[in-house]
Amino acid sequence: MHIAVPIKRVPDTETRFTIAADGKSVDTTGLKYDMSDFDGYAVEVALQLAEKHEGSEVTVVSLGPDAVQETIRKALSMGATRGIQLKAADIPFDGFAIAQALASELREGNYDLILFGRNSTDSANGVVGTMTAELMDLPCVTAISELHIDGNRGTARRELEGAAEMVEFPLPAVLTIDEGIARPRLPGLKGIMAAKKKPIEVREAALGRPDLVIEKMALPPERSAGRIVGEGPGAVPELVRLLQTEAKVL
Amino acid sequence: MADMLAFAEARGGELRKVALEAVTAARRAADATGGGSVAALLIGPPGIGNHAPELGRAGADRVLVVEHEALAHCLPEVFAATAAKVIGDGGFRAAFFSASAEGRDLAPRVAAKLKVSMAADITSFGFDGDAMTAMHPVYIGKAIVTERLTGAPAIVTLRPGAIDAVETAKPGTVEAISPAMDPASARVRVKETVEQKGATLDLGEAPVIVSGGRGLRAAENFKLVEELAAAFGNAAVGATRAVTDDGWRAPTDQIGQTGRMVSPDLYVAVGISGAVQHLAGMRTSRVIVAINKDKDAPIFKIADYGIVGDLFEVVPVLTEAVRRARGAKS
Ligand SMILES: Cc1cc2nc3c(=O)[nH]c(=O)nc-3n(C[C@H](O)[C@H](O)[C@H](O)COP(=O)(O)OP(=O)(O)OC[C@H]3O[C@@H](n4cnc5c(N)ncnc54)[C@H](O)[C@@H]3O)c2cc1C
Ligand SMILES: Nc1ncnc2c1ncn2[C@@H]1O[C@H](COP(=O)(O)O)[C@@H](O)[C@H]1O
Repeated sequence: MHIAVPIKRVPDTETRFTIAADGKSVDTTGLKYDMSDFDGYAVEVALQLAEKHEGSEVTVVSLGPDAVQETIRKALSMGATRGIQLKAADIPFDGFAIAQALASELREGNYDLILFGRNSTDSANGVVGTMTAELMDLPCVTAISELHIDGNRGTARRELEGAAEMVEFPLPAVLTIDEGIARPRLPGLKGIMAAKKKPIEVREAALGRPDLVIEKMALPPERSAGRIVGEGPGAVPELVRLLQTEAKVL
Repeated sequence: MADMLAFAEARGGELRKVALEAVTAARRAADATGGGSVAALLIGPPGIGNHAPELGRAGADRVLVVEHEALAHCLPEVFAATAAKVIGDGGFRAAFFSASAEGRDLAPRVAAKLKVSMAADITSFGFDGDAMTAMHPVYIGKAIVTERLTGAPAIVTLRPGAIDAVETAKPGTVEAISPAMDPASARVRVKETVEQKGATLDLGEAPVIVSGGRGLRAAENFKLVEELAAAFGNAAVGATRAVTDDGWRAPTDQIGQTGRMVSPDLYVAVGISGAVQHLAGMRTSRVIVAINKDKDAPIFKIADYGIVGDLFEVVPVLTEAVRRARGAKS
């Protein structure tokens, strides 16, 4: 099986963000970066499938400046076979612009499966996977939390609010990976050494026109710390009184 | 003056609340541009059209109804092809979907078919010349952007609950249309719908959420959380990833960065430490209550009201007190 996983380099979300001087981005001084959460899950799912199917290959693709090679290298050290950087000065905010570049690259690859994250943790649009599938005219199942591949057909569990569906689809297909399916493995020393020798191809990204742009970025209002009503069960009557009279939620 | 379309989401033959939110948003958008007309697209099994008047009352002038036996659940290929055709042919300025599981799936397909960019998970919007503007939380809610979307039609998904559905008093006309694609030719098919056990109220719609963390120590102790939720009467049960990872609750109950983002009137955190990844999913709740035995737990930094104590002692007493408070009211 040949599996592709588009992965995005994003700022670590544990960071305390501040807004940059331009008023439309975060201050990047001292920011740490990592692979977007769900993309880590997607790489893991791909690796597990590859381990089950002899002769499989896992290709990771990341669009962005040269720094994304670090993210690609991480996936290679987890066990991916090869990496592709789609080079762009920066990562556009517009998911459709990204999807067009990914689709034109992935079309060339003859992949059986393309696994995206459900959404990226920075721009959080949740559109790139589905749009890429549409541009490639491939069957697509979004937000899956279970996956079984049997020959050239697959079954996936798709999460809806308060319910789930089991869906069937033919390969090749595009899937977007949700919570619950896998935790990314930690790269071991052997993996890290091996990754140094694995190839990363670099090509110009064929980006679409950015029609969605950030005009302004702001921090949300701080939540002021409330109060400790009291200790133990004895504090319950006061809490209930506050919920009724002050917060008016009871 | 510009015409707007709203995608009216249904499940199990019933309209979902987010359908009315989408229509309300489309109505507001049409009015903001000087009073265009609003069409709602409603797709489902035979009989789904009976819900058209509800969409009319939320602000739809016309309800376009597609009824088909094969469309009792969402077949994304058929729904997206139909929505793209309706939106493309209808000359709409913008189309409003919900950022629900179904809307998040359909809207990007529709946008890509129409070869336009889209704005996802927006919490408010406006129009400015040839652009649509919108607010959207980024970096797991740690920042908010104002974005500009040029090009028409503008496809957007609305964060559930961000816009309150309102009722006007107009019925709206009904037009029957056909799916733009034969459902039998869909490549992806639904084998089975799995209804979650005991999930009466969806996390996204419940006014109250009672969530449990690792402090509960075992799956069976979640009955404490369930009983408290039941005492509120209008509450859903949520969980942390520590809990869903251990299989005490279904993955769909998880709230946070990689789970659901919720914003209820009241969020009760029981035995939850308050890791950033959890806070990401619930920090916009109107009122937050925390019960934790560790007075330094980070959850107390964002909770409006906290009780420091052993949850196994506090929660049963709280459940009883809530039951009594609600009993006294009704
Ligand atoms: C990529 C990534 C994504 C993640 N996504 C999510 C996510 O979406 N949602 C999420 O929740 N987490 C997520 N996490 C995990 C997160 O970092 C925390 O590990 C998790 O939220 C902790 O859950 P908890 O609060 O239940 O457990 P703990 O942190 O172990 O806290 C348990 C709390 O219970 C209290 N307690 C114990 N016993 C009692 C008692 N008898 N009475 C009262 N209090 C008691 C303790 O004082 C403690 O504060 C993610 C992590 C990563 C790396
Ligand atoms: N710059 C990028 N390079 C590679 N993959 C990306 C990029 N941006 C987004 N993706 C993929 O698309 C998914 C959804 O991203 P988004 O639509 O931004 O939420 C991510 O989880 C990645 O799998």
